[in-house]
Amino acid sequence: MDKVIIDGAIVDNLWRRLEGESLENALPEGKIIVPLAYWQANRDTLIARGEVAVWLAPGEEPRDLEDDLQQLPLIAIHFPAFKDGRGYSYARELRTRYGFKGEIRATGDVLRDQLFYLQRCGFNAFEIRSDRSIEDALAGLKDFTVSYQGDVMDPRPIYRRA
Amino acid sequence: MYVYQEHDQRLLEERVAQYRDQTRRYLAGELSEDEFLALRLQNGLYVQRYAPMMRIAVPYGLLSSAQLRRLAHITRTYDKGFCHVSTRQNIQLNWPALEDVPDILAELAEVQMHGIQTSGNCIRNTTTDELAGVNPKEIEDPRPWCEIIRQWSTFNPEFAYLPRKFKIAVNAVPDEDPAIIGVHDIGVQIVHNDAGETGFEVWAGGGLGRTPMTGAVIGEFVPWQHLLSYLEAILRVYNKYGNRDNKYKARIKILVKALGADKYRELVAEEFAELKDGPMTLTDEEVQRIKQCFTAPAYNSSADNSELEAQLADNKAFNRWYHTNTHAHKEAGYRAVTLTLKKTSRVPGDITHDQLDAVADLADQYSFGEIRNSHQQNMVLADVANSDLFTLWQKLDALGFATPNLGLLTDMVCCPGGDLCALANAKSIPIAESIQHRFSDLDYLHDLGTLDLNISGCMNACGHHHIGHIGILGVDKKGKEFYQITLGGRGDQFTRVGEKLGPSFEADEVTDVIQKIIDLYVEKRHENEPFIDTYERIGMDTFKERIYG
Ligand code: HEM
Ligand code: SF4
Repeated sequence: MDKVIIDGAIVDNLWRRLEGESLENALPEGKIIVPLAYWQANRDTLIARGEVAVWLAPGEEPRDLEDDLQQLPLIAIHFPAFKDGRGYSYARELRTRYGFKGEIRATGDVLRDQLFYLQRCGFNAFEIRSDRSIEDALAGLKDFTVSYQGDVMDPRPIYRRA
Repeated sequence: MYVYQEHDQRLLEERVAQYRDQTRRYLAGELSEDEFLALRLQNGLYVQRYAPMMRIAVPYGLLSSAQLRRLAHITRTYDKGFCHVSTRQNIQLNWPALEDVPDILAELAEVQMHGIQTSGNCIRNTTTDELAGVNPKEIEDPRPWCEIIRQWSTFNPEFAYLPRKFKIAVNAVPDEDPAIIGVHDIGVQIVHNDAGETGFEVWAGGGLGRTPMTGAVIGEFVPWQHLLSYLEAILRVYNKYGNRDNKYKARIKILVKALGADKYRELVAEEFAELKDGPMTLTDEEVQRIKQCFTAPAYNSSADNSELEAQLADNKAFNRWYHTNTHAHKEAGYRAVTLTLKKTSRVPGDITHDQLDAVADLADQYSFGEIRNSHQQNMVLADVANSDLFTLWQKLDALGFATPNLGLLTDMVCCPGGDLCALANAKSIPIAESIQHRFSDLDYLHDLGTLDLNISGCMNACGHHHIGHIGILGVDKKGKEFYQITLGGRGDQFTRVGEKLGPSFEADEVTDVIQKIIDLYVEKRHENEPFIDTYERIGMDTFKERIYG
């Protein structure tokens, strides 16, 4: 089974992210992460099915899920390219504006050297790009031991910490 | 200046370790070109025409003598013995080896320096008036606010992968714009309200590059407690909505223009409403702590200026230098001194390793051990006692840093251009050199008076050509180097983008054209009228007629 980093540990990936053709046929068994548009079009059926989460592409904002957050155990934010930094703001917004407590997972072009910042913005799960070592990537969560700003893990900037 | 505490130092050391490992992985083939690119840029490393270039951050232009000596050592050990003062008050190395950069960063970290966010699509070095803290016209010292912004922007996790680079400048002088905040992504103007409380007028959406424009006021009076929350709100809107498909349309200026300043303001207000009074709110203790790092040095000068007056009366060259290259100071009995890095035959802004050492010694002897870089690619000793000026002048003259041309035509701003930069359309250094030679007569130069001449080798505008009274821009026409001239730009009291004179010129024509422009000015000027005022009075058409007629 694929692996994923969740809360700092490498574990089995129980969720499957669906896109494109895989949505045209019957949905597979098990835990699935569907695109926002698919969720919006099939909300009731999906809620009845259960074990469903939603993923956001760049340009799709947390606001679009505002009324659904209670239903969702997990929201994935997809990075088609690691340089597209919109997802950092989306994750932070999910945590601090909407108080989302479920899993926020980074998918796509997710690499070791971005993990530290992603984690600070509220991501707690990372699907590392499949051609890279997930064990190696884990080290990226510990690049720094100190930060000036507050963040999702500790909202206090350095000048408010004891 | 800001003195690092244990946590600041630790952060820097962890950064060096991180980058060392990233370089190792890149060299081992574990990181692709593209992946490493984003990482090395955020540590200041470009790969250019002949070699990598490395930009070293100088927060708001301020350096200690120990830092300057370390830069001397680095240029000597890892480069060809010289470096370059950039228009964003940073230092640039031209020939470091990629493999050496982790060691260079480790050496820099020992003196609290780094290349963090000097390049890449992130928040860059915050800049300000090079006379900050001593400028008698400022309403308060902008440096504590710059430092507060520096800490907030350093490794800010949300804004490391912005659509494009992001530059912030801070100004504390009313009615003048020594930090050219009008052409920054965010410009912060320090203001006081009627109750005397500090706040900020916040501009957004200025920038040079290929679509130059001045910013719009987004926040009219942001109380000091909320500075960071407000900046964060502006950045968040930009991070979410800035164009990411076309890098030429990715700067915040394009977004502000496309949405309109009112809409942008509304979006910022929405984000700000959530952040305001939250944990980012600045505390009085923190602001005081930072301010403590920028207190005045132990000034101690005699009120007696008779010696200086005698020296000024006796020595014409000293007198000229004094009036051209030194500035009024907040403290009686002191002047701020600009070291002009613009001697004829010197690449504007270049300085060698032994000169860096010498300037460090002069700073220790005459200016409390501090040096500043200016955005006009000069250096400044900001706290020199009147009684030391004559000796300092002699020593600077021996080093070639006392050319009395500050603010004059040969105090040109010039980017590295085609000699070093891979993006260039044309060379810029030989053009600067040719103009320097033509206008080397000091009496003539002084007669011409204040004149900003800026040269960029392509429309990226690193030499700020848009805001030169005379701007020169390298363009490519069918593979040949040509130069387009603009007139009427301003980066002095306020910012204005210059207008094109007309069709471009070949390299060997440029100096003659500049001469014709100058001749026309001399013919038409009123008594004591600076070039820019004559230009604004007589208009572009008169110049066009003279040049192309
Ligand atoms: C040789 C290596 C360099 C490269 C490849 C480079 C590249 C660029 C590019 C691509 C831009 C345009 C950015 C945009 O419009 O989005 C730019 C702008 C700029 N660069 Fe450079 N640059 C270099 C060196 C320098 C140096 C040495 C300086 C200082 C002398 C400098 C100062 C600036 C400034 C002030 C801007 C204008 C910012 C604005 O658009 O508002 N650059 N540079
Ligand atoms: S203006 Fe153009 S030529 Fe000059 S340094 Fe910038 S990118 Fe290079």
